[in-house]
Amino acid sequence: MVKSIRLATAFGALLLTCGVYAATSVELEPAGNDPDNINSLQRGARNFMNYCAGCHSAKYVRFNTLGRDLELSEDQLIENLMFNAEKTFETIQATMPLDQAARWFGQPPPDMSLMARARGTDYVYNFLKGFYLDPESPTGVDNRVLEGTSMPHVLWELQGFQTAVFATDENGVSHFEHFEQATTGSMSTEEFDEFARDTANFLEYISEPVRSTRRVLGTWVMIYLLFFLVIAIMLKKQIWKDVT
Amino acid sequence: MARIESEVGTRGSAIMKWIDDRFPFTETMKYHVTEYYASKNFNWWYIFGVLAMVVLVMQLVTGIFLTMNYKPSAVEAFASVEYIMRDVEWGWLIRYMHSTGASFFFIVVYLHMFRAMLYGSYQKPRELIWLIGMLIFFVLMAEGFAGYLLPWGQMSYWGAQVIISLFGAVPFVGEALVEWIRGDYAISDITLNRFFAFHVILLPLILVALIFLHIVALHHVGSNNPDGVDIKKNKGPDGVPLDGVAFHPYHTTKDLVGIIVFLMIFSGVVFFAPDMGGYFLEHANFEPANMMATPEHIAPVWYYTPYYAILRAVPDKFWGFVLFALSVVLPVFLPWLDRSRVKSIRYRGWIYKMALSVFVVSFVTLGWLGLQPAEGTYVMLARIFSVLYFAFFLLMPYYTTIDKTKPVPDRVVYHG
Repeated sequence: MVKSIRLATAFGALLLTCGVYAATSVELEPAGNDPDNINSLQRGARNFMNYCAGCHSAKYVRFNTLGRDLELSEDQLIENLMFNAEKTFETIQATMPLDQAARWFGQPPPDMSLMARARGTDYVYNFLKGFYLDPESPTGVDNRVLEGTSMPHVLWELQGFQTAVFATDENGVSHFEHFEQATTGSMSTEEFDEFARDTANFLEYISEPVRSTRRVLGTWVMIYLLFFLVIAIMLKKQIWKDVT
Repeated sequence: MARIESEVGTRGSAIMKWIDDRFPFTETMKYHVTEYYASKNFNWWYIFGVLAMVVLVMQLVTGIFLTMNYKPSAVEAFASVEYIMRDVEWGWLIRYMHSTGASFFFIVVYLHMFRAMLYGSYQKPRELIWLIGMLIFFVLMAEGFAGYLLPWGQMSYWGAQVIISLFGAVPFVGEALVEWIRGDYAISDITLNRFFAFHVILLPLILVALIFLHIVALHHVGSNNPDGVDIKKNKGPDGVPLDGVAFHPYHTTKDLVGIIVFLMIFSGVVFFAPDMGGYFLEHANFEPANMMATPEHIAPVWYYTPYYAILRAVPDKFWGFVLFALSVVLPVFLPWLDRSRVKSIRYRGWIYKMALSVFVVSFVTLGWLGLQPAEGTYVMLARIFSVLYFAFFLLMPYYTTIDKTKPVPDRVVYHG
């Protein structure tokens, strides 16, 4: 019976391991990004500063941190990423004034520092790819993962415009089926996927810049503890050898 | 003139004598450490008390360092946590240790309490240890709750909103009570400030004091053991229990092994999965608190969810609150609900073993249900397991009386 208690405990532990992501009920395509890929992060940083940072801040992210983690020199930082910043210790601020933005869009564009951590990298990836033509929307587009978004399709030059095909099931509820390309952009579908993947990857990185540091350090901590464990076991055996 | 060492003692022992004449240092060390005898047959269930101490110290130390950079203000709190995570030297490690420590505090305390249920550690003469322990558990719940508001994320805000508003179910004074707790008409900067005061001063002080009493009471009656045998009944000619070994060096060296294993698991989370898939750090809490936007799904952190599931299983607000409170408080009465003649599960009959299994399954399942949306099958399941949870306690006087027990040996079972 003690065994059954053990089983129940193990069962409970198992239950706890299935994740809880309730950010969106929409089915998401995996981003397939690799936060250890520095080149991808560099491209993502370029994408972000060129296409996103006009409106979205990343106010907890400092340029010098980016330089250190993405292996960029100060000159590279200044030339390629710091369009509206003077000093490398500054954080990423949106070029657009936030109070104006709130008037134009109904609400200011959210800060991107923690977006990937709050909503998930897959969410960001699917959001970037999820704009479709909607004539009823004031911006002309809607988004599959965030319905009614006030964000316009700023990447239309790259992706082109797409329409969404919905299917109605037996209960009369309409479900998203797939996208159809309406106009072509300067990028192929694969190229745009790569663009979105790099950008999502970058957002994942800025949501927790210390990720790779902690993993490397964690490995050393584990090795140290393992070594300490062996010594502690030997000590215990030595002390306890006369206990009968 | 040379003095003979053996006459006056070494300089060290002279200092000790000076101290001992003024403070019972050596006596206290003997009583609590070097001559505190606990059973030699402790199994690994007995590690969780020490682990709770380890986590307590870790929380106190990391908490002090967090306080040096955290700003308890509705405007600055969220940003100051990110500042700690990104700009403070080693701030990320301190913060992850503290946030992971909160969850692990509950893990080890729940297992520590379960150990007491396995081996009847709450039974006579250890009722007071259990009562003080339950008080510690309540304070810990309050401590965790107050602490969870501090990062000022969406879940901090809305979780607190939901839990504080529960007190509105109290008849007549409910609404006034809720306002009194919040200090405002909604959760605000004022609430954050007072929760900060509770979290870093009031509750830790009470916690440390209660833990001190918990240990004093424990050392007065002596530790139980997996056989539930009183080791003081069999003493050697030197007055030392035959089945006991001194806390130091025996149990300390054994505990050290357990502590390191614990630290490995703990570090595994801190360094490789600090969010723990959204259980230890909820995803929505990485969005700043926004009183204009209610999250689609509000769930408290995992360690409160068994009780939360019971709350939501009841369709009526007032009775939901009553059963919720009752489910938290019921374990207090275990020493008097349990009428068994034996302490340890080793010598109990099949009825208690089954009841305890049902309890574990109910508690864990309720914990899981508390994280799910309160709809359809989930609510139905929560009702079934709530009934089982209460049945375990309320029927205990009956089933522990009729349960057939096995004879308890005179000495503890020990296989070297």
